[in-house]
Amino acid sequence: MEQLLRNILDNDFFVYTAMAIVPLLWILPYALGVIWLERKVSAHMQDRLGPMRTGGWHGWAQTIADMMKLLQKEDIVPAAADKKLHTLAPYLMFIGAYAVYATIPFSSDYIGSDLNIGLFYIVAVSSITAVAILMSGWSSNNKWSLLGAMRSVAQIVSYEIPTILALLAVVMIAGTLNLQEINKMQTGWFWNWFVFQKFPFIFIAFIIYFVASLAETNRTPFDIPEAESEIVAGYITEYSGMKFAMFMLSEFVNMFAVSAIAATVFLGGWNSPFGEFMSGPVWGVFWFLSKGMFFVFIQMWLRWTLPRLRVDQLMYVSWKVLTPWAFACIVCVGLWMML
Amino acid sequence: MTEIITPPIKSSIGRTVRTEEMLLNMGPQHPSMHGVLRLELVIDGEIVVDVVPQIGYLHRCFEKHAESMTNYQQVVPYVDRMDYCAAMNMDFGYVIAVEKLLGIKVPERVEYIRVIMAELQRIASHLIAAGTYGLDIGAWTPFLYMFRDRERILDLYEMTCGARLLYNYMWVGGVSHDLPPGFIDKAKDFCKYFRPKIEEYNNLLSFNEIFIKRTANVGVLPADVAIAYGVSGPVLRGSGVNFDLRRDDLYSIYNRFEWEPQIGKGEMGTVGDCWDRYIVRIREMEQSINIVEQALNQIPDGDVASAIPKRIRPNPGDVYARTESARGELGFYVVSDGSGKPFRVKGRSPCFVHLSVLPEISRGSMIADMIAIAGSLDIVLGEVDR
Repeated sequence: MEQLLRNILDNDFFVYTAMAIVPLLWILPYALGVIWLERKVSAHMQDRLGPMRTGGWHGWAQTIADMMKLLQKEDIVPAAADKKLHTLAPYLMFIGAYAVYATIPFSSDYIGSDLNIGLFYIVAVSSITAVAILMSGWSSNNKWSLLGAMRSVAQIVSYEIPTILALLAVVMIAGTLNLQEINKMQTGWFWNWFVFQKFPFIFIAFIIYFVASLAETNRTPFDIPEAESEIVAGYITEYSGMKFAMFMLSEFVNMFAVSAIAATVFLGGWNSPFGEFMSGPVWGVFWFLSKGMFFVFIQMWLRWTLPRLRVDQLMYVSWKVLTPWAFACIVCVGLWMML
Repeated sequence: MTEIITPPIKSSIGRTVRTEEMLLNMGPQHPSMHGVLRLELVIDGEIVVDVVPQIGYLHRCFEKHAESMTNYQQVVPYVDRMDYCAAMNMDFGYVIAVEKLLGIKVPERVEYIRVIMAELQRIASHLIAAGTYGLDIGAWTPFLYMFRDRERILDLYEMTCGARLLYNYMWVGGVSHDLPPGFIDKAKDFCKYFRPKIEEYNNLLSFNEIFIKRTANVGVLPADVAIAYGVSGPVLRGSGVNFDLRRDDLYSIYNRFEWEPQIGKGEMGTVGDCWDRYIVRIREMEQSINIVEQALNQIPDGDVASAIPKRIRPNPGDVYARTESARGELGFYVVSDGSGKPFRVKGRSPCFVHLSVLPEISRGSMIADMIAIAGSLDIVLGEVDR
């Protein structure tokens, strides 16, 4: 794809800009769609209809209407807030969420930046959201925000460890951090996917990754930073209008990002599950997005089924359950490879 | 107040880092405060050092209103508004007090109708309690399932007296309307529909691993503390005390039905923890369904208005009548000076007592636990403030 763009635009600057914008072409319609989907999924799980009127068919335009409303709302900054940080936080949050997409291969022909340390880059960059959350919590000058931000940062920092360890198990087999390379190794039928390799150790790693990624995106049962029954809306409490919308957008962008990483690393990314059947660069996009959306759906499903853990229980799950198991996986995979 | 003293932390550069307690006002506009309750929390990080409930945001001068009415009957709509989640139980308590003062014996059919209505109301109220409790813990879906089923009870009420929340249905000496045709069949249908739903709630919420983790061994209220504070109803039974006014201080016709008061047994943790209080409510709904079914089968014919007095003018004197409302011991102390209007009406509200026990059992817990404890006490602010 880079080659194609180079043929059309003969300027490096324009080529890189175009390459960087491509994920946005998916993310923005995705966010509109998935917010509507979340409402419909939750509604049908809860025996109700959800939005039914806006736009005609099953309220498909509800998110657009909501977005228009948020655009028109007054942008309130609390009088005692740290105005600069307060304004900067939502955008930093989005940058952190979006930067992850740079090294995620959407298809065999498209990857934003073909870094040889792609996975490492993702792990590093996704931590920016923790900074943004802490900024928003501190600058709002609100006790609820501060509590929410502290909880959130503690959560994200501690859940990064099982996430990284789980991904490391795959990296050990693949021998590379380049996501495009990792994808190419999984070509063929679905039993070539890493999730079925060295059974069951990578499968366990996959489960660990998925659970930890729920915590990283603040989804139920780990939605403690924004537990509305305890600390109102956590670090988003003092935000309104477009800034609030940025936080929401980042949350949904993050949701897809962790799903996409799960799909890429464990489930073959853009590979067709059926060998040569329906494979190719364009079908690759289809398979990649379908796998990603499948995990997004599972996240919604869990959210509307499970209650929320307590802060100390959350830490317990991270340090005493997920991290030791992830270590065990790494050791077992290592032994398997040596034997 | 138990003091929790944080030890000063020695930092690596040798200076002492001080930590401070923070005062946090939770409510009255807070998503999980049930109604307009304000809790002053003193927190040390995530640990609750002390809680002071601040009440009075919903004070509506019930007692003064009752004295200013022109007759006893006019107090009933005010009583409705005390515990708006269980208005029938409130009516029941008040009319029983006035009837005791007057020495009226109400017709059989009225007794049956009252029991059916009160028990349906208990189910509706426990559905709100359990549903919002799930919401406090972070589970959204059970809340909507329970409200879906509560809707059917409200439909039955609407069919009978036209109102869905505040009924003014029980009158001194009778009820405002007889049961409409078709009510009994519809109520039986509801009983049949509702039994499997309790199983559904249990699968979705009660025995959910995370839910148990959040509620078992949290906010343990020992039986002696509960009795010392005067706690009653499901909260007291959750602490393992087998005490139910419907059986132990018999009123109306509860001795004609087969049912068992449910007590907390500490299945998931300690006796008297949040899970026990919650499960007692779920099991009580089953018992209430039993009572309603039996009452529907036994209900005799008759006139519901025959005992309604034309003028209510009791002899001077006072009376205290207590009933088991959905939340606990609801007492009304009514004083008559021989005139047509009450001289004094005092309501003894169970929620007020339950709220007073909150600081006792939530000191030293985490903020999230404190929410779970407050939810398990099932407070309705209309009744606390009156």
